[in-house]
Amino acid sequence: METLCFYLFAALAVVCGFLVVANPFSRNPVASAMFLVLTIAALAGLFVLLHAFFLAAVQILVYAGAVMVLFLFVIMLLDLKEEERRSWRKFGLVGGGVAVALIALLMYAALRQSPLGAAGEPRVEGSTAALGELLFRQYLLPFELVGVLLLVGMVGVIWLSKRAVP
Amino acid sequence: MSVGLTHYLVVSLLLFCLGLFGVLVRRNLLVMFMSLELMLNAANLALVAFARYHHNLSGQIMVFFIITVAAAEVAVGLALIVALYRQRRTAHVEDLASLRL
Amino acid sequence: MIDLFAWLILGLPLLAAAAITLFTLPDAAKSARLSIGAVLLAFLGSLILWARDATGEPAVTWLALGTGTGGLQIELGLKLDPLSRLMLLVVTGVGSAIHIYSWGYLHADRNRGRYFAGLSLFTFAMLGIVLANNFLMLFIFWELVGVSSYLLIGFWFARPAAAEAAKKAFLTNRLGDFGFLLGIILVWAALGTLSFTELEARLADDPAALGAAASVAGLLIFCGAMGKSAQFPLHVWLPDAMEGPTPVSALIHAATMVAAGVYMLCRVFFVLAVPGSVALELIAWIGGVTALLAALLAVQQNDIKRILAYSTLSQLGYMVLAVGVSGASRDPSVAMYHLTTHAGFKALLFLGAGSVIHALHHEQDIWKMGGLSRRLPITFWTFLLATLALCGVPPLSGFYSKDAILARTLESGHHGLFALATLVAALTTFYMFRLVFVAFTGPAKSQAADHARESPPVMTLPLLALAVPSVLAGFWGIHRVYGAQYGAEPAAAGSWAQQLVEPFAHAPLAAGAGLAAALMGWLGAWAWYRAALQDPLPARFATVARWLRDRLYFDELYERLIGWTQESLARLADGVDRWVIMGVAVKGTHGTFELLGRLLRLAQTGNLQTYAFVLVAGVALLLFLVMAR
Repeated sequence: METLCFYLFAALAVVCGFLVVANPFSRNPVASAMFLVLTIAALAGLFVLLHAFFLAAVQILVYAGAVMVLFLFVIMLLDLKEEERRSWRKFGLVGGGVAVALIALLMYAALRQSPLGAAGEPRVEGSTAALGELLFRQYLLPFELVGVLLLVGMVGVIWLSKRAVP
Repeated sequence: MSVGLTHYLVVSLLLFCLGLFGVLVRRNLLVMFMSLELMLNAANLALVAFARYHHNLSGQIMVFFIITVAAAEVAVGLALIVALYRQRRTAHVEDLASLRL
Repeated sequence: MIDLFAWLILGLPLLAAAAITLFTLPDAAKSARLSIGAVLLAFLGSLILWARDATGEPAVTWLALGTGTGGLQIELGLKLDPLSRLMLLVVTGVGSAIHIYSWGYLHADRNRGRYFAGLSLFTFAMLGIVLANNFLMLFIFWELVGVSSYLLIGFWFARPAAAEAAKKAFLTNRLGDFGFLLGIILVWAALGTLSFTELEARLADDPAALGAAASVAGLLIFCGAMGKSAQFPLHVWLPDAMEGPTPVSALIHAATMVAAGVYMLCRVFFVLAVPGSVALELIAWIGGVTALLAALLAVQQNDIKRILAYSTLSQLGYMVLAVGVSGASRDPSVAMYHLTTHAGFKALLFLGAGSVIHALHHEQDIWKMGGLSRRLPITFWTFLLATLALCGVPPLSGFYSKDAILARTLESGHHGLFALATLVAALTTFYMFRLVFVAFTGPAKSQAADHARESPPVMTLPLLALAVPSVLAGFWGIHRVYGAQYGAEPAAAGSWAQQLVEPFAHAPLAAGAGLAAALMGWLGAWAWYRAALQDPLPARFATVARWLRDRLYFDELYERLIGWTQESLARLADGVDRWVIMGVAVKGTHGTFELLGRLLRLAQTGNLQTYAFVLVAGVALLLFLVMAR
């Protein structure tokens, strides 16, 4: 059952990821955004399989909810039909493909080399209580700092969108 | 055949490479941005998998922070794109080459 | 005691020069007294040294550069032997006469203080050359002579011609001195010492010590003499040096500067005469060519001092020739013999010319003189004596020394050079009597000549004093003294009568040829110039006369040559600057960096995805490097 779920979510994530990046049927950003939502949802499923329940919830709430809505708003705000009229650049396509293949190859080689098999049985339970304990004790300062970061981001966004850049 | 750490990492690798490919190939700023998010999520998956298989919750803490920072980043980034669009009427990287001397 | 005397003789003129420069420069009388006193004392000291037959080599170590075989010990030492003793007498004796004469000649000049300081410095430098016991010290004084001659020739530096002449003399000498210095370095490199005594001993032990460098070393050293003694092709400075005051010309020409070259050749004769060296052969021919060339040029000069200058050149050619043909007998004493007698009568000739010039208010053209034999009797008679001596008329001193050279040339088997020397003897008589006929006995050709008056005693007394050696020097056994220096058998001095006819007994052919040549020259001069109002030669041989008058265009040739050389060097330097330095070094550097900059600019596309691509490529590279380790 768990194995089946893993393969289901994994396939869903990879396929949807591919459709985000290179949808052969549509190059509309909205389609990309919708497939990104699916990918994120599939990833949340994988998180659940990894017993990271809190993170799965956060993933759905923050990413699929807030972030993607923001994306969709912006897409609708801007007129982005233009890319459809432009053709793929052959050189960019080949160069990007080669670079990505290279990285993939290297990373896969790294994966094969590392002694990951010794990792042993999955044990850690991602219970929200344990996570909260850790977050508010050991990682309290980063937590506060991230709060400040969010505040700064908020101020920046308001400033940026309020006035037209001269 | 039970699912192990390697399986998750391969999925993470695939997603990361897809995102990278999008960043390198797509020329719409918004799609590039989404590809970046994809790469971040791939990293998140790897971190969570490590946390699970290495008995260490710090990986999950890191993912939590990444999600938070990513939210802020998306907000700021999108605001920048909007501001840029107002100025140039385009969200296409090829039209944004004023960095060249 | 003797050592102290030697040092005093050398030091006195220097002291005088320093004292004049520091204290008495504005006071002409005091300066003159100091300078004349110093040279007279030096003369006295030389006489004492002569009387005591002083020999020895007082020396102090001046510089010790390293020790052992590779080191160089430089001594400041004096070498006292027959050669330097007699030369001391000549320099200080003739120098004294000229110092005293200068007082009369320059009585109207305001800068006499400076003049006498220069004269003393010059005397000091020359005495240093005479007394030096090693090559380096010789070279230092050699250069000092160059400097002081520059100061004296350019004494009237306000005249452009004088300033130019001083510069020319100095630069021409530098050219020769460069070779001299190279020769000294070569000798030191080969033999490891600069001391004359040690060098002579070493070459006596092993005549082949210099090896293949013998000829080169000899010729390089001769280069120094070529400059100082004004041998062809570096002879051009000497006639121009006539721009200096006449006593200076007398000093430079008679006893000091030009004699230094010949003296130096005799001093280091052992280096030149090593077996296998061709240096002496070449020296002989250069001497012969110089003698002939100068004699020819003298024939068509009209300036009384220039005639004498070319005559000096010609006689120096004789001396160098004498050195050159003495290789077989290993005894260049005849050159020194002629140098000594020549010092006397040439000084007399110059001082006589100075007296004439002084009487005619600085008129130097012989074609504006004439009839001076009655107006200036003392000057005329002493001048005539010196002329006869120069022409080699027995029993005057010049006859004996010139005959010795002719005889030595004939003995050594250089028949070509002998014929050349005889021809020069005829020419000498011709141009000297041309001068005498036109300036003294012929009709007066200007107002000034008609109203000339004899010079004051302070000028005529030195003339009379110098007339004595001019007449008698042939009987003093000077050649025997010099001969002793080179190990010749001290022949017993015969009676006066025997000495009188000795040349005829010794080498009748040479003596007869010399006399016949002199007679022919005299006849030529008598026929053409006895009563001439203007020179008949340009009318008869226009081209030749013009060439001779214009000094065979040596100056023009050198000017062109130097101009051309400098021009080409300048062009070369310009080319190097323009193409190598400017083109390759400067423009090349800037071009390379500009090209690199342009290439780097291609990477800056302004396209975000290109940057991203480069970033990914970098990451891939780093990853690969990390994993490959």
